[in-house]
Amino acid sequence: MSEADAGTTWAASSGVAGGTSTAVEPRRDEALPVLAITLNVNGRERRLEVDTRTSLLDTLREHLRLSGTKKGCDHGQCGACTVLVNGRRIYSCLTLAVMHEDDEIVTIEGMGEPGDLHPVQAAFVECDGFQCGYCTPGQICSAVGMLAEMDAGWPSHATADVSSPPIALSDEEIRERMSGNICRCAAYPNIVAAIRVVSEGRPG
Amino acid sequence: MIGQALDRVDGPAKVAGQATYAYEHWDDGQPLYGFVVGATIGTGRITRIDTARAERSPGVHMVMTHHDTPAQGAPDLSIPFEYWRAFPVLSRADVRHYGEPVALVVAATFEQARAAAPLVDIEYAGEAGSYDFAACRHQAYAPDSLIYGMIPTDTAVGDFDAGFDTAPVRIDERYTTPYEFSQPMEPHACLVEPHGEDLIVHVSSQIVDAARASIASTLQIDPERIHIVTPYVGGGFGSKLRIHHETILAAFAARALNRPVKVALTRQQIFHLTGVRPTSSQRVRLGAERDGRLVAIAHEVTMHTNRHEEYIEPTATTTRSLYAAPHRLTRHRLVPLDLPRGEDVRAPGEAPGLLAVESAMDELAYALEMDPVELRIRNEPELDPERGVPFSDRHLVECLRDGARRFGWESRPAQAASLREGRWMVGYGMAAAIRGHLQAPTKVAVRLQADGTAVVRSDMTDIGTGTYTILTQVAADGLGLPPDRVRVELGRSEFPVSMGSGGSWGATNSCTALHRACEALREKLLATASNDARSALHGLDPAGAAFVDGGVRIGGASETLSEIVARNHPDGVEAEGETLAMTDDPNYQDYALHSYGAHFAEVGVDADTAEIRLRRMLGVFSVGRVLNAKTARSQLIGGMIWGVGAALEEEGAVDPRSGAFVNRDLAQYLVPVHADISEVDAVVLDGFDDKANVLGAKGVGELGICGAGAAVANAVFNATGVRVRDFPITLEKVLPGLPPMDD
Ligand code: FES
Ligand code: FES
Repeated sequence: MSEADAGTTWAASSGVAGGTSTAVEPRRDEALPVLAITLNVNGRERRLEVDTRTSLLDTLREHLRLSGTKKGCDHGQCGACTVLVNGRRIYSCLTLAVMHEDDEIVTIEGMGEPGDLHPVQAAFVECDGFQCGYCTPGQICSAVGMLAEMDAGWPSHATADVSSPPIALSDEEIRERMSGNICRCAAYPNIVAAIRVVSEGRPG
Repeated sequence: MIGQALDRVDGPAKVAGQATYAYEHWDDGQPLYGFVVGATIGTGRITRIDTARAERSPGVHMVMTHHDTPAQGAPDLSIPFEYWRAFPVLSRADVRHYGEPVALVVAATFEQARAAAPLVDIEYAGEAGSYDFAACRHQAYAPDSLIYGMIPTDTAVGDFDAGFDTAPVRIDERYTTPYEFSQPMEPHACLVEPHGEDLIVHVSSQIVDAARASIASTLQIDPERIHIVTPYVGGGFGSKLRIHHETILAAFAARALNRPVKVALTRQQIFHLTGVRPTSSQRVRLGAERDGRLVAIAHEVTMHTNRHEEYIEPTATTTRSLYAAPHRLTRHRLVPLDLPRGEDVRAPGEAPGLLAVESAMDELAYALEMDPVELRIRNEPELDPERGVPFSDRHLVECLRDGARRFGWESRPAQAASLREGRWMVGYGMAAAIRGHLQAPTKVAVRLQADGTAVVRSDMTDIGTGTYTILTQVAADGLGLPPDRVRVELGRSEFPVSMGSGGSWGATNSCTALHRACEALREKLLATASNDARSALHGLDPAGAAFVDGGVRIGGASETLSEIVARNHPDGVEAEGETLAMTDDPNYQDYALHSYGAHFAEVGVDADTAEIRLRRMLGVFSVGRVLNAKTARSQLIGGMIWGVGAALEEEGAVDPRSGAFVNRDLAQYLVPVHADISEVDAVVLDGFDDKANVLGAKGVGELGICGAGAAVANAVFNATGVRVRDFPITLEKVLPGLPPMDD
């Protein structure tokens, strides 16, 4: 699909200077970089018009109102915004929504819900892998993505022998691979325990 | 039920992304977005501010500066806890620290507000400011106020100088601690929805009543017009005890535009606008007999404050209760700088204070060639050494002994720099923990409904502490209900007023009040049943009543709660319980109330690079009775990891030209991440402090930090023989002291 198909809607520019009073009528008629796009989120097609500057994170949170994905820093430094795109974990604050038209996006809302939790979600509850819960959706998405990376045999900095997969999921591997997700409540030991519970319960 | 390791009742919502935080509400439609513009100078004044270009930017509804803000109330300094005071914003042309808000841009989208923010054209007349703590230390002054309006800054017992001078073994060292930041993962955020004269305020706040009072007195409106909603808070660590700029600015904009407006601080702004722990320089002097008994202790603290707004961190206050010694001295001094005002950051006082004192105790142990555990046991006081009153339920020695046994302390290398495993120099360290147990007025209501379920309500918050869960357990226990028939509702200003989450007092304040509410409700139900001719319990003596399995039993007769309620109170029946202020509780006069612990840490230090790795850490704590074994342990290990961060990582660096924190983001201000944290465990001793409250419980939220950093620091010394007194202990401070590289 090309951008032309998506119906680029660059509005015409015209402008009258606003006053200097504190409340002014908003100007919607200037060049607004808006695109109509379709995103596939949690298996649903979502059509929307977005300012091309909108991050995937803000699109999910503010436009689709899927606020389970969190904004902790908006700079790729905390991991709170982690989602899965085509099965791989990414920081959704570091990418623009308009770049993901052909992608499958899965957010925490697509993992499971109370009463029907994903095994990683359930393990976080059981092991108390969180306190305030704000980093938690990102930790869980990251853990799901990380386990898939393990299954695919990807090595990490903590892998002693990169030449002979499969790599054992040691606590060091978990810690190294989860270090892109900060938890200021510092539930780290319990997060590692939760991931271990899941990995030990999975068919090898 | 109380004490059991019940899973968090709010857990499923949190792991499913269904817990909604302040910025995540659309009840009143799509809010506008506010973006804060901060000052780019450290001291001076705004000479011109031109908003025309920003106002013309697409989507912009409003630009607010100090020219436009309505009249604001001034902070009432007679209110002891500042969190309740007014918080004026954009109120003057002068700038008192870097990053201070100078404008708010409100636009239809976040992208539009952010794009317009740099278009606000500002000219400043900068002035020379003071930003360098070390260079200004000679300007330290003695504050004439009490800490939190109640704690003296200075104390003295005996004759310190004489006692210290004649002590055969003396330690006299200075320790420095850096600027540290709370940095909860949820940014400080507020969404205000105007409804006529009323404001619905979704705000990330630790204390609902303080948020309401502060907003009302700033806006000069009736507090009843303000409706705070904060069911989930993404961490606070002190920085959400009070509301900040985002809240007042959102309220101003929402009122001016008559539209919902939301404002979140950016991660970078959070460093300048909320939650900075003062930097400190602490002189610790210990004088001891050769058998290790202390004769003199002095803890003198000098810290930074903003020049215009004082904040005194109570850094030396727990030293007053920690060890016995006849001659003692504590002091707090302030150095006025043009930097953000300090605020309470998790374990205010103990976190930096015990880092210094428990390092000094370690230095004394080496000077005496004594086991540091034994040194602490020898200095266990019988009475509070400054107040002369007995301790309630003091079990520091048990924590030390139990921790030493579990950790395998006996296999520690007694000599520093004596254990080597390949390239790693290995060391063990320990430290004691103590934190005052506080109490404050709190009300909680419990209502039993005709369907036999209970609803608990309070404006208390759950900031990750587990409040929803422990209140569920206390209500289940108090009414004999299974926990899934209890619903807890928190964080709304319409509910009974609590003192919120802070000072580690939230759990015990609210659980004690709920326990009493359940007691009162049980009495009501028994009176109802025994007066009701239709009840199986009619006329029976309620003295022998038992509330179990959702019913009441007296002797062989029983009836379900739902039958009693449905028949007599079809709309439900309610009771309220209360916790008193410390000043109204004689136990706070008659006893010294604290919780205690002992930390043990093992580190490895790379012999070539001085890289420090935590290998394992154990804390053993005494906190009276535990309310939930699972959530209490999480709080404690979280605190311990904060201690690791303070010892090894966290440090705000100041640009001496502007007072800006140059490392103001999460890539450069280092906090512990998964890879930094190996095995960390916490054990809590069985206990019950009958002086603390009817439940026998004490606070846990901050105890885990207290002393934790010192245990790590002492382990680094034990590994390397290098004593770093300038925190955090980073490798470049250790490396020069290491032995030459192996050939
Ligand atoms: S919000 Fe994306 S990494 Fe922090
Ligand atoms: S649970 Fe609070 S930041 Fe991780």
